[in-house]
Amino acid sequence: MNRDEQVLNPAPPEAQDRERLVLARIERARRARPRLREELVTLAHGAGGKAGRTLVEAVFLEAFRNPLLEPLADGAILAPGTSRERPDAERPVERSADGRVDQAASAPALAFTTDSYVVTPLFFPGGDIGDLAVNGTVNDLAMCGARPEHLSAAFILEEGFPIADLRRIAATMAEAARAAGVTIVTGDTKVVQRGKADGCYITTAGVGTVAPGVRLGASEVRPGDAVIVSGPIGEHGVTVMLARGGLDIEADDLVSDTAPLNGLTARLLDACPGRQVRCLRDATRGGVATVLNEVAQTAEVAVVVEEEAVPVRPSVRGACELLGIDPLYVACEGRMVAVVAGDRADAALAALRGHPLGEGAAVVGRIGEDPPGLVLLKTGFGGTRIVDLLVGDPLPRIC
Amino acid sequence: MRFVDEYRDAGKARALAARIAALCEPGRAYKFMEVCGGHTHTIYKHGLEDYLPACVSLVHGPGCPVCVIPMGRVDDAIAIAEQPDVIMTSFGDMMRVPGGNGSFLDAKARGADIRMVYSPLDALKIARDNPDRRVVFLAIGFETTAPSTAMTVMRAAAERIGNFSVFCNHVTIIPAIKAILDSPDLRLDGFIGPGHVSTVIGCRPYEFIAHDYGKPLVVAGFEPLDVLQAVHRNLVQLAEGRVEIENQYGRVVPWNGNPKALAVINEVMELRPTFEWRGLGFISDSALCVRERYAEFDAERVFQVPGFRVADPKACQCGEVLKGVLKPWECKVFGTACTPETPIGTCMVSSEGACAAYYNFGRFSRDRVKEATRA
Repeated sequence: MNRDEQVLNPAPPEAQDRERLVLARIERARRARPRLREELVTLAHGAGGKAGRTLVEAVFLEAFRNPLLEPLADGAILAPGTSRERPDAERPVERSADGRVDQAASAPALAFTTDSYVVTPLFFPGGDIGDLAVNGTVNDLAMCGARPEHLSAAFILEEGFPIADLRRIAATMAEAARAAGVTIVTGDTKVVQRGKADGCYITTAGVGTVAPGVRLGASEVRPGDAVIVSGPIGEHGVTVMLARGGLDIEADDLVSDTAPLNGLTARLLDACPGRQVRCLRDATRGGVATVLNEVAQTAEVAVVVEEEAVPVRPSVRGACELLGIDPLYVACEGRMVAVVAGDRADAALAALRGHPLGEGAAVVGRIGEDPPGLVLLKTGFGGTRIVDLLVGDPLPRIC
Repeated sequence: MRFVDEYRDAGKARALAARIAALCEPGRAYKFMEVCGGHTHTIYKHGLEDYLPACVSLVHGPGCPVCVIPMGRVDDAIAIAEQPDVIMTSFGDMMRVPGGNGSFLDAKARGADIRMVYSPLDALKIARDNPDRRVVFLAIGFETTAPSTAMTVMRAAAERIGNFSVFCNHVTIIPAIKAILDSPDLRLDGFIGPGHVSTVIGCRPYEFIAHDYGKPLVVAGFEPLDVLQAVHRNLVQLAEGRVEIENQYGRVVPWNGNPKALAVINEVMELRPTFEWRGLGFISDSALCVRERYAEFDAERVFQVPGFRVADPKACQCGEVLKGVLKPWECKVFGTACTPETPIGTCMVSSEGACAAYYNFGRFSRDRVKEATRA
């Protein structure tokens, strides 16, 4: 629609100017390093939005600061020969702007990551906490462009937790590890008093190898690139929400999408060699919207998404509609966002669709220059809006 | 998705937009207020303003239940929540609403047992499951949610669930609209009437708006085509020189409302003489409280409620935003000191609040977006 044709009486120019000034002021405020104002941890700090990011930056990054941690990526890439005292001592390695190591001229590097799993309920349609604990860490490695190799698994168990459930979780983990081609090589077990934990928490860490020539990261993204999601979004989050009960919504065909994505990323990297894959992110907590915001802000680009191109299954759409939440913010555990060079979009899509986990892959948008740092959505209705980082939990609307 | 997609059809929207543009008289500016926060949410979420000519502006009204709760009531609720053995329950929207001393989320982090529920019946279930605890449901909302609160109280009475009570903050829409109409600093051409409230109260209560104030009102549904159609019908009335109450949302709203729901409200609740609205001040006969006969389920009688009065922060201009006098971005602290993460005013909290909707969905310069989205 050409808006100009409709404008009969444009808004007074001074109002437009004032609005523009206000928007610029807001953008400055938004870019300023957020301050951690709370005195106590609230649930909002764990919901994958701005509050969590602020907590991590103000407490952990402040305390642990180093070049490998600073990008706050899914995992760290350790260049061969990296030593703790002098990270760059053994051989000169090129670093990209976001601290990533350039592997173009190096031997295989090590990717290292860790993640904790505290899902309720422990068992849900399509998987359990064991699948998540393996697949989640495998995927974090895969998103670094790594081939996952070995995992550790640490368990915090509540007194009274059924051994049968633990066996079931361990069996799932073994199966998931086999499917992903990784081995669980070390671990730890702690038991806490009844009431001090919610059944079973699992922390896994993983290592993998990054082939020479692979350099992924949000800072690699540039205008003209294409944005791809690997399949229908939001299935894990909605499945778990419904499995908690209490909503009285049934969706028989809904199962969690938890899956290892390393097969898919390997195919994609083969199909688009030479740094044509810019960035990979699994759309876990905070969903696709959060990933896209990180890309927009890190790369200082605009991400323009077509709402109608985003694959969402009808049952997920229906449940989200009823709950008043946006599928773009709902967690996936087996879906990723890939940003690839614009002219390789078709090749990338073909590669993804050739894999069972990528059958539903789709190009959902593209990278533009302006306005930098923002994700814009062209709605199915034909309008435009911002997709911002989520604040707190996705809350249901009341009327 | 059936019953949804047909109300989000871009082709129909384009056709309607052309008819809207054709109805606008050259040189005239039009202002319509969408009373309900649900409409505000729809307008921004679907980018509906892209379809309106620049001479038509939508003004956001007071119909956001969370937004109109004064800070003192939040503090009262937290004071109840912090009493021994209490489980406080409420809708998710309330969790981040700031009081004078933090929000529910902060009180929860300090140790209060505050739980999010999807329906007051869920709160009643918590009471049934925890007989040794005192369960309070923080009831908010217009006539839309009042019947379910009232039904829950009746159910609690029938089942003799003695550990359940309601902290009633239900408000009524008509006095708020009247306050807007009487406000000297606002010139409106018509209203987009609240859809869900009208399923309960019907369309008759709005008739005074046409008779006494000479403004049209079109009750509308919550899909973007509904809202666009309500704008169109308002413009048609103005073009034809008519001033009437119309029902665009006939698929859900009966002209006479829902007598059963009204009877249930009337059974359990009565009008308070006066109630404080955030930003609008005290408005008489504008809110509901629990009747004497259900006193044992009334948290205001069961507990010592401090009755806090907290002045809104000076910087906050929620009142002006709720009355439609200011656009969200015109507030001095909008987007800088007041953001969804650190809200100063309620309008920045609820997804139906005008400021939150504008900040989350609409905060960009139209010219730059036109450039960016040009394929």
